[in-house]
Amino acid sequence: MPEQVIFGMEVFLNGLMAGVLYALVALGFVLIYKASGIFNYAQGVMALFAAMTLVGIMEGRVPFAHLINAILGTKIHHFGWHVNAVFGLILTMLIMLLLAVLVQKVIFKHLVNQEGIILFMATIGLAYFMEGMGDLMWGGDIKKLDVGLPQGINLWIDETTYNIFDYGFFIDNLDIYATVIAFILVLALIGFSQYTKQGRAMRAVADDHQAALSVGVSLNFIWIMVWTLAGFVALVAGIVWGTKSGVQFSLSLIALKALPVLMLGGFTSIPGAIVGGLIIGVGEKMFEFLVGPLIGGATENWFAYVLALLFLVFRPQGLFGEKIIERV
Amino acid sequence: MLDSQVTQTTADGRKIGGVMMEMKNITLRFGGVVAIKDISFDILEGEIRAIIGPNGAGKSSMLNVISGFYHPQDGEVWFHGEKRPAVKPYEVARQGIARTFQNIALFEGMTVLDNVMTGRLTQMKSGVFQQALWWGAAEREELENREICEKVIDFLEIQSIRKTPVARLPYGLKKRVELARALASEPKLLLLDEPMAGMNVEEKEDMSRFILDVNDEFGTTIALIEHDMGVVMDLSDRVVVMDYGRKIGDGTPEEVRNNQAVIDAYLGVSHD
Repeated sequence: MPEQVIFGMEVFLNGLMAGVLYALVALGFVLIYKASGIFNYAQGVMALFAAMTLVGIMEGRVPFAHLINAILGTKIHHFGWHVNAVFGLILTMLIMLLLAVLVQKVIFKHLVNQEGIILFMATIGLAYFMEGMGDLMWGGDIKKLDVGLPQGINLWIDETTYNIFDYGFFIDNLDIYATVIAFILVLALIGFSQYTKQGRAMRAVADDHQAALSVGVSLNFIWIMVWTLAGFVALVAGIVWGTKSGVQFSLSLIALKALPVLMLGGFTSIPGAIVGGLIIGVGEKMFEFLVGPLIGGATENWFAYVLALLFLVFRPQGLFGEKIIERV
Repeated sequence: MLDSQVTQTTADGRKIGGVMMEMKNITLRFGGVVAIKDISFDILEGEIRAIIGPNGAGKSSMLNVISGFYHPQDGEVWFHGEKRPAVKPYEVARQGIARTFQNIALFEGMTVLDNVMTGRLTQMKSGVFQQALWWGAAEREELENREICEKVIDFLEIQSIRKTPVARLPYGLKKRVELARALASEPKLLLLDEPMAGMNVEEKEDMSRFILDVNDEFGTTIALIEHDMGVVMDLSDRVVVMDYGRKIGDGTPEEVRNNQAVIDAYLGVSHD
């Protein structure tokens, strides 16, 4: 087999893995959008905040240490203990739950029946607030996150491919785990929304507020549940991305990569988020590999956005989004 | 006015009991507009109670007060002998009051079966975590509820469209699906806001039959708003007549038909 084809296969596989990571972030957007019609600009920051909190708890950092030290003149930074990953995850999840309750009670409860754009603006405010809050709580340094996910080259794939092609593929273990996690997460989310009482109530709220009220659904409860779920997805995305590239501010910018994914997949479709993520992931890697050398490279920076733009022009509802047909 | 404590039997053998719901001096304002002005009436257990009146008389507002979508500025709502505080619509639903809407509020993206299943939400007891993990009572509960929904679907003769997304259905069938969703919650009181609006004669006959059957077989108390006078006279045990937010008549169809104020305000004048 020609060398170029074998390289291409490796690039393709890596593209798929990268796509899964994009899809993970996009999922959080879809969840909230489906259930409440809010486009949550803060999803990326939520992932950053979740990852920061997890690191902070696991390393036994004192929250608001800088603030406390500045006011009281003390020099505390660490509690001096370490929390294991499982316990840390549970605590972080509780904090995300608390955050969901606060977001609903303080912000969105007062914005019922407002236009989508107003709700969107509110999430921008929320994003900046959480960004600052995260820094204030845990400090702005780049943190290393290690919850025990394996990293580095997968030797089995390397050896197997070497035996077949005489060339070992480099596939990161973390990417493989991220793929598995993403699939479990998606199956769980689909199962939850399709086959449980709360999932049904969630879909009901997304569809028609008035009708949902008339069958006894509390909007408040459902929205808190949705924000908690989004927090959970953000935590998973934050862990994977944080492990990969360190917990730092740029983590919140991965949300930008989720936008083209959403435009491809449609804002209302969970499978769409997955497929959209995979297309973007594979697309940008393959484009860089095939076309990049001809036009000077660095296509990965813009490929996704151009693809999204094309979709906006020719298929604005995305691949899987619901086409809105108004009966006249 | 009937003596509310006496249990009576109608000519066709249905049982009508004591007062289920009582509206006392309800006044509802929207800014300067008075939608309902000092109206009192009651709904007896097991009866079919109609609210009629010309367009803009305040009928839908009254139904919205009963179902908790509006809260009156003055007056009290009594349910099962207890004064009801200002409750939210979903709390009303959980107390066993189901409703349909004048302009149909179905979950358009879901199938008929899923829509009907949402009617069971108030009856399902297992919590978030049980549901999420699909453990213990959750699965059994889902199956039981499914069975009840299938019965309702059979009852309303919509088996053939069980799996059809609601958005694809014609208007008349949507109305029927909405009724199915309300019935699935096994309500004590069923509120129907113009269940026959926009239907053709055949559809109206079907709907009338269903309303009578629901009342007859399940003993469900029904309060309905309707424009079609023929239907109202055939269906209902007692009728409240409203005009410009006021109550101008209350009694059996016979009494209302012969009430001069009612004739002047409504029956004698065409509002189409």
